Amino acid sequence: MNVKSYYKHYHLMLIPGIILLIIFHIIPMLGIAIAFQDFRIGRGVFGSDWIGLDNFKYLFQIHDSSLILYNTVFISLCKIIAHLIVPLVFAVLLNEVRFMIVKRWVQTIVYLPHFLSWVILAGVVIEMFSLKGIINHTLQLFGVEPIMFLTSNTWFPAIVVGTDIWKEFGFAAIIYLAALAGINPSLYEAAEIDGASRLKQIWYVTLPNLVTTTVLLATLSIGNVLNAGFDQIFNLYNPVVYQSGDIIDTYVYRVGLVQAQYGFATAVGLLKSIIGFILIIISYRIAYKFANYRIF
Amino acid sequence: MVRNKTLSARLTETALIALMLLISLVSIAPVVHTISVSLSNTSAAAGGLVNFWPVGFNIESYRKIIDEPHFINSFFVSVKRVILGGGVNFVMTVLMAYPLSRSGKEFPLRNVYMWFMLFTMLFSGGIIPLYLTVKSLGLFNSLWALVLPGAVPVFNVVLLMNFFRNMPKELTEAAYMDGAGPWYMLLKIFLPLSLPSLATVTLFSVVGHWNAFFDGMIFMRSIEYYPLQTYIQQLVVQLNLSEIDSSQQEMLAKISDKTLNAAKIVVSMVPILVVYPFLQKYFIHGIMLGSVKE
Repeated sequence: MNVKSYYKHYHLMLIPGIILLIIFHIIPMLGIAIAFQDFRIGRGVFGSDWIGLDNFKYLFQIHDSSLILYNTVFISLCKIIAHLIVPLVFAVLLNEVRFMIVKRWVQTIVYLPHFLSWVILAGVVIEMFSLKGIINHTLQLFGVEPIMFLTSNTWFPAIVVGTDIWKEFGFAAIIYLAALAGINPSLYEAAEIDGASRLKQIWYVTLPNLVTTTVLLATLSIGNVLNAGFDQIFNLYNPVVYQSGDIIDTYVYRVGLVQAQYGFATAVGLLKSIIGFILIIISYRIAYKFANYRIF
Repeated sequence: MVRNKTLSARLTETALIALMLLISLVSIAPVVHTISVSLSNTSAAAGGLVNFWPVGFNIESYRKIIDEPHFINSFFVSVKRVILGGGVNFVMTVLMAYPLSRSGKEFPLRNVYMWFMLFTMLFSGGIIPLYLTVKSLGLFNSLWALVLPGAVPVFNVVLLMNFFRNMPKELTEAAYMDGAGPWYMLLKIFLPLSLPSLATVTLFSVVGHWNAFFDGMIFMRSIEYYPLQTYIQQLVVQLNLSEIDSSQQEMLAKISDKTLNAAKIVVSMVPILVVYPFLQKYFIHGIMLGSVKE
């Protein structure tokens, strides 16, 4: 069996994809050179002036930076924590339902929003939270004055985190449900014989069996601390709530592609990429160490 | 075994089911609300009178959509993008997953390729350099700008690769003995055996293509090239947001047609709702694929 003659076929299979990755991933990576330039689009990468670390220095001088970093980390941490707890609670409760039909229908319905885009859902959310929308309409029945939710810096982060949980909790619960399905039924039988109530069975059998999954998910989410959800925020925010809702990605988009400050925006994006990369590597290392988790 | 349930146990069960039904309702309420608005009459919708059932049922808004050439056009841009992009993703995923699923012994350079791919997945130059690259390649306003930058869905490749790796060793050995080459192995043996996984990764990439709006927004410079999500983003969401921001909210609210906007949103949801039953059948399997280890 001469396996060596197969090598060239393997290379042949890989080459088209590798070329595309080089063109659309590696070449743009070289483009991060413009983070160190006073980049002018007419002069190109080779004609623009090199300015060293000026773009980065500027970033640390303007007061926007700390606000945007704060918004990004605050929103993403809220999301991470909520994404660990809400799906867990939901999965445990759903697991307690004994009727299979109810279980299956509930699952079918709650997974759905995950597959709808933020563009569509933003259209829906904006309509519902508007002054004449259904939310304010309902609040009025209880005598609450209409609230301008989407132009309020107090409400905006809450709406971002809340609607994100609403969209994703069902889908995120799948992993917990899979872990729950793997629990040995004899554990529950033994607990029942010992006279454990349902609540006690959850506490002493169900939850301990979810610890590994939860810790693993928490670890893996470290890599997302700088991703507060561009698609969502971009489709929900407006200049009034920049103060509480502007995150790194939306800022880079506006400064770079709208105001055409390419060099500066690339510098911001680069800094984010590097920190994000380090965080992901750290989280994968930890996950591998204690849970033997690896993606390949 | 027939268990004699106590009253409190039954109450718990009922409360639990009621809670689950409530959660399901909350999950689906916005979608139902939007469908209801799209089927209501304009003034009821503008006055915020529509909840979860159409008020003054009519399909006028859907008739109006047909008269909007840009909307119809964008719909077909999206269809084309899904077919072309989904096709390219499929070919790339299959072609790359197979060699990468070979062991280091069978294909020594495997790990080099693997690390290269993972690096491109975990680190990126950011949005500005990509924008400039696509611009300098002259791809603006071309459908390829929506297809080529994401042509290799690295995550899907890893999913399928993990599935291929778990194929029984005896299978490949027997086929090798019979003189089957790599192409025959991939096309005639591996592919037919991995239809559920292929369905999973294809549905993921198709949904991703349908839902993408950002690339359409930055690479397409004119409305006739917009895919549907970009159209909705620019002509529904952005307009709504500018209304929110405006002092003349009352007046603007009358101009913008809530029912028409809702109908546009519903139409753009339809393809997802159509493939959803298939998605649901496969995606759980797909998620598990990622975690399968030998």
